[in-house]
Amino acid sequence: MQTLISQLQTRFQLSEFILQRDNLAFVTVTREQLRPLLLHLRDKEGFTHLVLLTAVDWIEDNIFQLTYLLGDRTAGCDIGVRLMLPRDVASMDSIHDLWPTAATYQRELREMFGIDFPESPRVDEDFILEGWTDLPPYRRDFDTLKYSQESYVDRLGRETKDPAAYMKLKLYPDEDNDG
Amino acid sequence: MADAEFGKADRSQYPHRRPDGSLDIDLTSGKYLKLWQGPNHPGITGNMSVELTVCGDEVVEGKTHVGYLHRGFEKLMERRTFIQCFPIVCRICVPEPDFNEYCYAAAVEELAGLEIPEKAKWIRALILEMGRINSYLMYLGGQAGAFGQGVIGQWTTYARDLMLDRFEELTGARIYHMFILPGGVRDDLPEGFDERMEQTLQEVERTLDDVYDTMFRNAVFKKRAVGLGYVDPALVDEYGITGPVARGAGVARDVRKDQPYLVYDQLDFEPVTGRESDVYARADVRRRDLLMSVDLIRQILSKMPHKGEVMATLPNVLHWKIPRGETYIRGECSRGEYGYYLVTDGSGYPRRVNVRGPSYTHAMALLEKLIVNVNISDVAGLMVSLHTYPPEIER
Amino acid sequence: MKDDFEKLLDQQPEKEPEPQERPALRDIPVREELVPRTVTAPDGQEIRIDPLQDYYCQAGPTVQTPAYTRIIEDLFNWARAESLWILGFGTGCGAIEMRPLMTPRFDAYRYGIQWRPTPRQANLLVISGYLSVKTLKRAIRSYEQMQNPKYVVGLGSCTINGGMYWDSYNTIKRLDDYLPVDLYITGCMPRPEALLQGFDDLKKLIRAGKAEGANKYAENFERYKTNQKRVIKDWDMPDYSW
Ligand code: SF4
Repeated sequence: MQTLISQLQTRFQLSEFILQRDNLAFVTVTREQLRPLLLHLRDKEGFTHLVLLTAVDWIEDNIFQLTYLLGDRTAGCDIGVRLMLPRDVASMDSIHDLWPTAATYQRELREMFGIDFPESPRVDEDFILEGWTDLPPYRRDFDTLKYSQESYVDRLGRETKDPAAYMKLKLYPDEDNDG
Repeated sequence: MADAEFGKADRSQYPHRRPDGSLDIDLTSGKYLKLWQGPNHPGITGNMSVELTVCGDEVVEGKTHVGYLHRGFEKLMERRTFIQCFPIVCRICVPEPDFNEYCYAAAVEELAGLEIPEKAKWIRALILEMGRINSYLMYLGGQAGAFGQGVIGQWTTYARDLMLDRFEELTGARIYHMFILPGGVRDDLPEGFDERMEQTLQEVERTLDDVYDTMFRNAVFKKRAVGLGYVDPALVDEYGITGPVARGAGVARDVRKDQPYLVYDQLDFEPVTGRESDVYARADVRRRDLLMSVDLIRQILSKMPHKGEVMATLPNVLHWKIPRGETYIRGECSRGEYGYYLVTDGSGYPRRVNVRGPSYTHAMALLEKLIVNVNISDVAGLMVSLHTYPPEIER
Repeated sequence: MKDDFEKLLDQQPEKEPEPQERPALRDIPVREELVPRTVTAPDGQEIRIDPLQDYYCQAGPTVQTPAYTRIIEDLFNWARAESLWILGFGTGCGAIEMRPLMTPRFDAYRYGIQWRPTPRQANLLVISGYLSVKTLKRAIRSYEQMQNPKYVVGLGSCTINGGMYWDSYNTIKRLDDYLPVDLYITGCMPRPEALLQGFDDLKKLIRAGKAEGANKYAENFERYKTNQKRVIKDWDMPDYSW
């Protein structure tokens, strides 16, 4: 894995390299280099399996992190390629021509994070939600509790034990108040 | 068209495509019909639906619609502490919930730097194999049922009930066991578990013998399943196909072998593969995989250490903070590669959890490809053969 | 016990705060096939089609009055109770315990309970767990397509008060806001034995003539519809689609 990464580093500008396990590493690339890097990994290095494509919302830094996780099933190792997108102009190039399944992931990201992938097939169709009018729900600034309280009526008489207090009572009875 | 000629015609070229690649389907011409299969339909694998466009009784286009079971787990988990996530993860996949627990627990352990006791690993592997047997038994019933053989489902559900008894004895619950939690497992095996397990395994094997005779050697089943839903081995990487669907195509990919987790490196097994890559081959791969699981359980029970802790000491779970990091944990569930991508940010809550269910690619991209030119009555059989569970697609 | 429960069910609606309508961030376009349009018939005649008006009967549900004598009504109720035909629509996790019920170990068929593939043949809708808004829409249509007499049973804590998903943005919390529930079965998930017991209780309710969900639905049709439309934002179906 180390050698692979140092080889890659000579060809691409990679940053924030993390070796999580012997067979799992994460690197960050720039937007222009993503496609060449993915192509290189797929065609030259044997990372032919797109394991997943997802996003993480770092709202404090105002960025979305896209993670493309590629797997090499013969060697049994994976590499996660991270890409940072500005949160306000969230739009990215589609990779559905490299892996047809990516279209599904991109449809989900479009719906749940509001990240656009122009040219990805059927990307604007509803995928999971139907008739959703609020913010894309996986964004950090969407408050699911508030939404649910406003939209659905609670049944009176539901008794709620504060889970934290209850667990403290059961698990750590002699702990101080603030732990 | 004469019958002989019909057999020769190249159906894969039909319907025609427009120059831009889209299908040339003119709905107003009256030649085509839209047909919704599901969500309320007996021939569908759970609460999802396929929007079919048919011409005569041949499907010319299919679109999968999911989202009927969406609960927003990935969002809910961001609001829960690490230990509070544990009881809800199993609900992501109903027929085989244990993989959620294992993958989640393993991801948390890796990021928090927890070591789990040796015995806990064996018990985890045991639970996962038991869950696999349940899931396959359910599948066999569904696959036979999709071709009109109701009795197979009666037998396999009976065998599954026996396995659920073992689960109940071990974990206290039939479906959602909530047994594998970060740090280990909740409890040790009960007294005399091995013998009762052995009886159950023998009963499962007996049922499978019957199933083999009545289902796999049945002329009707063969006639309908052989040649249906061919998956080209070249598609395996392109479409992210994993598990029995890939193995049925002759691609021997099994996470248990490729990236051994838990104790699989100490067990003796070979990935089961098929050749023909049709519905029949996939059903057969699953049947043999089930028998392999039976064998694996025997191996696990005999090799398992008898004494030892089953649970590591956790930090105070109420104030459990995990440093910033990200990881991906995978396991081989009965449908393919199941994985959890976990991102932490140093607080007491996960920053992001992403669940990769194998059905995600199987039921969407792959099914939409395979369904073209299939007879309407075979759609159910084809869909079951991909072994899709909708809740893991939409979470 | 049961009476307390019924009391609780009955008294609740008045006490509750009405939820506020959430302002929509975006509009939902009407689906293409539902837009009114003009088509030309083969003979050249122009026809105006409004799919939502033309394809469905617009009449609302009506209350079914009991038979004129007690003894006949009892006979009817006995017959209804002894043939519960469940619509095979698994809406949530609870559906997985239905399969064991159909097979030798638990065998619900011996109580006259069986599963039917279409709403037209079923008289019992089992909501097996949480309902996402998308499924709620289908469940309502399935329920309305069922013939009278019909009953609704809610399984699991999710249908009662939201259960595990009390803070989820996509699942409803109280089933009886949207459909007239005759009986709840508790548990997460309810075991097959609990289901059998629940069906048995439902039979008793029916025989006592107390399972009046369908009539409640007809009487409070307006209220149910307002509740349903509040959560289903893209209401693109007729109000009552039987
Ligand atoms: S009550 Fe429990 S088992 Fe039933 S739908 Fe809800 S989470 Fe699932």
